[in-house]
Amino acid sequence: MDATIIARYTTDGSSLREVWRTFRHSTAALLGAIILVLHLVVALAAPLLAPHSPTAINPELALAAPSWEHPFGNDRFGRDLLSRVLPGGRIALAISLAGAALSVVLGGFVGVMFGYVGGLADEAAMRIVDALISIPGLLLLLVIVTGLGSGYAVILLAMVLSYAPGVARVARAAAHEFVPRDFITAARARGESPLTVVMRELWPNVLDVLLVEFAMRASWIALAVSGLSFLGFGVNPPTPDWGLMIAENRSMLALAPWGVVFPILAIGSLVVALNLVADGIARALGLDRSR
Amino acid sequence: MLNLITQRVVLSLVTLLIVSVIIFVSTEVLPGDVATAILGREASPARLAALREQLGLDRPAFDRYLEWLGGALRGEFGMSLARRNTAVGQLIAERLRNTVLLSAVAAAIGLPLSLALGVIAGLLRDRVPDVLISTIALIGMSLPEFVIGSVLILTFGVLWALLPAVTVVPPDAPLDVLLPNLVLPAVTLIIVMVAYILRMVRSSLIEALASDYVQMATLKGLSRPRVVLLHALPNALLPTINAVALTVAWLIGGVVVVETVFNFPGIGRLMVTAVEDRDLPLVQALGLLGAALYIAINLGADLLTLWLSPRLRARLLQM
Amino acid sequence: MNVPLLHVADLTIGYRTRDGMVRPVVRDVSLTIARGERLGIVGESGCGKSTLALALLGYLRPGGLVLGGVVRFDGLDLLRLAPPALQRLRGGRIALVPQNAGQSLTPSMPVGAQVAEVLAVHRGLGPASARARAVELLAGVRLPAPQLLARRYPHELSGGQQQRVAIAMALASEPELLVLDEPTTGLDVTTQAHVLDLLDDIGERTGAAMVYVSHDLGVIARASDRLAVMYAGEIVEGGSTRDLFAEQRHPYTRGLLTSALRLDRPVLPQAMPGQPPAPGFHGSGCAFAPRCAFADPICVAAPPALEVIGGDRLVRCHHWRRAATAETIELDPRPRHTRVNGAAPLIELHDVSVTYARRGTVAFLRRALGNPDPPPTVQAITLTLRRGATLALVGESGSGKSTIARAIAGLQPLHSGGLRLGGANLALPVQRRPVDMRRRVQLVFQNPDASLNPRHTVGEILERPQRLFFGLTRAECRTRSIALLEQMRLGAHYLDRFPGQLSGGEKQRVAIARAFAAEPEIILCDEVVSALDVSVQAAVLNLLAELQAERGVSYLFISHDLAVVRAIADQVAVLYQGRLCEIGSVAQVYTPPFHPYTASLLAAAPILTPGRRARAFDRDETPGGPPARGCPFYHRCPRRIEPACAVEDPPWRMVDEHHAIRCHLSLDQLAEPVAATPLSIALGETR
Repeated sequence: MDATIIARYTTDGSSLREVWRTFRHSTAALLGAIILVLHLVVALAAPLLAPHSPTAINPELALAAPSWEHPFGNDRFGRDLLSRVLPGGRIALAISLAGAALSVVLGGFVGVMFGYVGGLADEAAMRIVDALISIPGLLLLLVIVTGLGSGYAVILLAMVLSYAPGVARVARAAAHEFVPRDFITAARARGESPLTVVMRELWPNVLDVLLVEFAMRASWIALAVSGLSFLGFGVNPPTPDWGLMIAENRSMLALAPWGVVFPILAIGSLVVALNLVADGIARALGLDRSR
Repeated sequence: MLNLITQRVVLSLVTLLIVSVIIFVSTEVLPGDVATAILGREASPARLAALREQLGLDRPAFDRYLEWLGGALRGEFGMSLARRNTAVGQLIAERLRNTVLLSAVAAAIGLPLSLALGVIAGLLRDRVPDVLISTIALIGMSLPEFVIGSVLILTFGVLWALLPAVTVVPPDAPLDVLLPNLVLPAVTLIIVMVAYILRMVRSSLIEALASDYVQMATLKGLSRPRVVLLHALPNALLPTINAVALTVAWLIGGVVVVETVFNFPGIGRLMVTAVEDRDLPLVQALGLLGAALYIAINLGADLLTLWLSPRLRARLLQM
Repeated sequence: MNVPLLHVADLTIGYRTRDGMVRPVVRDVSLTIARGERLGIVGESGCGKSTLALALLGYLRPGGLVLGGVVRFDGLDLLRLAPPALQRLRGGRIALVPQNAGQSLTPSMPVGAQVAEVLAVHRGLGPASARARAVELLAGVRLPAPQLLARRYPHELSGGQQQRVAIAMALASEPELLVLDEPTTGLDVTTQAHVLDLLDDIGERTGAAMVYVSHDLGVIARASDRLAVMYAGEIVEGGSTRDLFAEQRHPYTRGLLTSALRLDRPVLPQAMPGQPPAPGFHGSGCAFAPRCAFADPICVAAPPALEVIGGDRLVRCHHWRRAATAETIELDPRPRHTRVNGAAPLIELHDVSVTYARRGTVAFLRRALGNPDPPPTVQAITLTLRRGATLALVGESGSGKSTIARAIAGLQPLHSGGLRLGGANLALPVQRRPVDMRRRVQLVFQNPDASLNPRHTVGEILERPQRLFFGLTRAECRTRSIALLEQMRLGAHYLDRFPGQLSGGEKQRVAIARAFAAEPEIILCDEVVSALDVSVQAAVLNLLAELQAERGVSYLFISHDLAVVRAIADQVAVLYQGRLCEIGSVAQVYTPPFHPYTASLLAAAPILTPGRRARAFDRDETPGGPPARGCPFYHRCPRRIEPACAVEDPPWRMVDEHHAIRCHLSLDQLAEPVAATPLSIALGETR
């Protein structure tokens, strides 16, 4: 009891500054945030940073080992790997951030709304949500891609369909925690409409959870996009993409591992960063009691 | 209690039905002209017309849906478009054994391993073993399966040539021939699965250890092993059953990538081929099958949780 | 020479907070407990008593650090003992009865097994004998059908039953020392009386020493022989319970007892200013100085030491002599006009019943299969609340008082009956009420933590009803909000604070301000002071009384606390299981004749006079739901008439025009004095 009272008095859970301070204290979370920012900067500034053209073919340099001229080496078409790795995350990053944001906003709203309203509408909505969750992510992606082709818009749609339902479930559970509280009853006693209650009273309280979900799902979507590219259904060659590069270069794994190693480091660092940030946010908001 | 089971089963069937609708709509209704989607825009009008007739695309979507669903229930999914004269069902059946074997092996090793590691990490929280385990778990979660698979191929298939890098046996190869090819794919799956589940077990255990009832058990003078085994673990593991189900379900998707990396002759590899070939009936069948498996596993996990948790049972019985 | 059983010397315990600092929550505490003695430790939230209680078992919560001192049990230094030895002691020679039994029992294990565990580990009993003895212990704590109950899981038991299981678990190995951390918090008054009776019994039988840690002065008065008062982690006063309740030396103790609501004094006491400091944030001088009427620069600069002032009396105060001789302020009883009879009716309930039974397919099927509907949660409620008056609904858990409030607020539909507000029909769900009708009825809730949106500032919280009901601009709202806050004795700077930054008392004032922001005619107060510290309760009640006198607003005051009700209400309705038992003015209800339930409530209510034991009057049984017919109190009534009370609805007996009792017994029989309870004596003296 005393310990929790202390905790209450030393943090003002609603202040962004407080949250940032706790976040800052964790080296892991900070590291993740820095790496993430680096990725964003590189992705945005890639055309400026790349020493060579990512698509220029130099047959004489095929499978060349890293050198001063080409610090990451060359792939089997002689293309400069550094210039391919730098922009290689753009599509994955863009789709993961956009996809996660859309999933969280749509899924969050649906989850909170139906979590509050309950009843038959809730039952029906949850059936559909469950159905979408029941199709394992990659399978749904592949099914949609079969039908609609593999443009970026389709991939984004497929990601949102795949991940938004999960957010809806989480948001609904979070809403259920707050609905029995008296401040909601007070709002209802004022005669506020369900939409007002959801947006004014519930939504700000659920944001914490949604923020963590955003970071987590962004990491999953990044993995999924690179997986799709790897399988050949995502980004189309010759556009540089990490997943695609791994697929292209893995047959030469023994001879020229750099073609695979650098994209692996790139993807790995991005997803690790997203995971660390997600953990950090959860801890800073007091949601993750397991730290 | 029987009532509860029936309720859950009915719900699962309803979900499966909705899934079938989603699959059908995504593949045959949304694309607009399915024939063009399959053959591409440059296909000749004659071929397009022939395909339309073969697929019966001139009939209303609803009728086609019912026909497809009816066939599915009987186990008949139609003929493959890419491999003429082969029934979809047969293609699946040939490879199902392999995938089931792969998944079973992965789950059989992965689940106990993640439980053990998760418990260790939870008990020894923030100490060296936990930091080690948690870091490895983080990496395991963050690297795509194809990355892990490729690394394994490099290490064990090429550099040390211990195991076959890529599978070259046919789908119906006898088990003893298949087995060596199973190892690396299984290891890949295990690594990712363990990473996810162990984190969930760990945090569930930490939460249980921080609870009032564990504090009370300690204050009763019970020894630490007793407190952990009899008071903390049973309550920590219950919520993980659902998490385990979720991850096993992920397995159904993960298998697709892993089989592709290793060219393993299972239904995951088949799915990728089907999408490449735009083999509609095959894609539909595999999608439905995958979802049905997931739903079945979730149902099992649900019922197991209910059976093991007296509190949930009581609450649900009141409804 | 009696060697003390437990000896605590200069104990200091701190917690490491999120920003890395260590804050002491227990400071320099010394106390001793002799064998068979009963010691009480009293204090409000944040005073460190729970940490101290756990330390008596040599236990620290995660994040806790011992900064100094010892805890010696029979010569053993508990805080430095090796784990195996500690494990032998805990649950064996020292046992804890935890605060919240429901959360302290393992959900996955049947309760009998949890009791048997202690026997197996500490007494070496085999499984069969441990189980048998466990059943005996459960019977010993007066649990019904102990054989069957032993196989149940904790969540299947009521709060009172869970608490008894926890007691049985603690007694299993016949400990020499029993530490009880708020053993009756959250229990109904009558259940509390039974549990305390039981503990008295056990104390006498086993001769175990007992340490009662509680914020409840009534419990402490009854259960302890010696007493230590804690404030901000320190012991500020100690002595025999009798002496301390008679005469207090430390200003805090005196303030505590003066501001506590007493059943035998129908007045609103004067409140202590301020609130207890947060644990670890007590400043450098005397921790009580900010609130003390006798404080001077010495108090702020230097912390006082604990002095012995004769016999076993201890005080920690620079100026205790001055404080001791100061006059106590006698308060005039709050003027109570005859609002009871004179004013116009504002809210009228006529034969209202409310049911939570499900509509829809399930209920339809049930009826179709011939099963009758379950009896309504609340039935046959006829009440009138007049303008400017306060009507109290008194009852324990399950009495339906919250249900009635929700029905009046429009949050729960009426099953049948009439509900009017100033003559207009109020029996509409809140969405269908006109805006002005919604404005006139406001609510204040029990739990201050849950009744304010943690993500809204105080300003936003107060603005909403004003915008909604009056359509004011933001600037106009702000001006009015500041005026409201000032009336609540909160400054304008509170507008930009979040609820998480406020104390319980402050949050409750904001909640009250929110209700008044709508300028209502009636406020439904649902247990509004029950979750507050004792020293804060009086302040909030005084505030409510002031606002009522000023604005003429009516209150429907829901409470289980008879002392609070007596101080603030004009009229009282006593409810049991959703049915009215007795209704009348405060003076009438608190004097005989009593409904048997009212009598048991009054008998069980703790009195702040040590040595006078509140007795449990009713039968010690857990009620099921409300009955379809007959008197709802039948199962527990010690004066029931067979078979009438079980099968016939009891009639209303009119004591006079405004006082009615619903009972099969005649008025003469009801007027007979029952057991001579200390309250009846006390009330007789003050009539």
